[in-house]
Amino acid sequence: MYSQGLIGANATTDEDEEFLARFQARIDAEEKIEPNDAMPEGYRRTLVRQIGQHAHSEIVGMLPEGNWITRAPSLRRKAALLAKIQDEGGHGLYLYAAAETLGVSRDEMTEELLSGKAKYSSIFNYPTLTWADIGAIGWLVDGAAIMNQIPLCRCSFGPYARAMIRVCKEESFHQRQGYEIMMTLAKGTPEQKELAQDALNRWWWPSLMMFGPSDSASEHSDQNMKWKIKRFTNDQLRQNFVNATVPQGEHIGLKMPDPDLKWNEKTGDYEFGEINWDEFWRVVKGGGPMNRERIAARRKAWEDGAWVREAAMAHAQKRQARRDAASVAAE
Amino acid sequence: MNAELPLWEVFIRPRNGLAHKHAGSVHASDDVMALHAARDVYTRRGEGVSIWVVPSAAMTASDPSEKDQNFEPTASKIYRHPTFYEIPEEVGNM
Repeated sequence: MYSQGLIGANATTDEDEEFLARFQARIDAEEKIEPNDAMPEGYRRTLVRQIGQHAHSEIVGMLPEGNWITRAPSLRRKAALLAKIQDEGGHGLYLYAAAETLGVSRDEMTEELLSGKAKYSSIFNYPTLTWADIGAIGWLVDGAAIMNQIPLCRCSFGPYARAMIRVCKEESFHQRQGYEIMMTLAKGTPEQKELAQDALNRWWWPSLMMFGPSDSASEHSDQNMKWKIKRFTNDQLRQNFVNATVPQGEHIGLKMPDPDLKWNEKTGDYEFGEINWDEFWRVVKGGGPMNRERIAARRKAWEDGAWVREAAMAHAQKRQARRDAASVAAE
Repeated sequence: MNAELPLWEVFIRPRNGLAHKHAGSVHASDDVMALHAARDVYTRRGEGVSIWVVPSAAMTASDPSEKDQNFEPTASKIYRHPTFYEIPEEVGNM
């Protein structure tokens, strides 16, 4: 579902200049870097971290939506929500697999998530209080994710780019089902419309924060752009998202909760108010309303699943032993 | 007759940035020979920029007779497709 501007990655490298220049020449020629290629340690480390954060976000992102499966208002909505959450799980798996090509193991990444060492998108640390939140998440959160992920389809690292192509193809339904929910509520009774507006009010600013810190505050932005890990700055992507989304809200009669929002004829952009970066950093660093609950839920899932993983391995070993015995007997 | 040379499945990356795709198979005594053979058999006309070989014995395939039960159910899950949701044209691409 989501990738945030990279939070706190250290992209320093010690390789000699000739090596780095050769690598940069490959990047500049739009060659994809593949797992077996020589690459600067900083490039590898940045990608492990970014793809890992992205994967964790997909998995943790299943939780706020899972909260509403049993209370979806119709079978149609319930089937769609289940399918969407199943997709998010799949997206997490594509991404973990892409990260594993860089030499990090799945268990290491899981361990980092559960210990709180690895970050994930701040957006999933907000609660889903009403059914309208499911609409707002699909429309805004998945909309922001798509804005982020489309340029990642051209990321210089091959396995990540290919995983993103697959993810983007599946993501469109997520945003449309969310917008459809919002549209239906907005056209409903005054109470239903109020529900939609309230969800928009709560999700708008956190959605803008999904693009990560402002370029001026993002330390490693330049290097990541140079390596073509990212193609646009956080602020550019955020502006594109605002431009695309404001008319969508107006179309269904909802109002963005930003008194400073206004169309600028000259630039062709919507100007918007100041983001509360204190809130952003607080939530990223664990102080959001749902941080503890999200990690606790993941930890419980991991621990409760331990016996299943062990049993599956024991069963596989038993079958292998049986096959070995049969082939010995046949000789 | 001596033991037959093992079989290897050959995967080729056609161009920069694309995933490896199954091209066919070769017989070879070991992985190095398999790569050589795959190069000679499958990439004589610029078909690729990278080769993978995998022992055929290491591959597991789905059972063809279970095709319907494996893949048929997705046909009824039309809500997994973007076109299932009606979005007014004025809203633009989504």
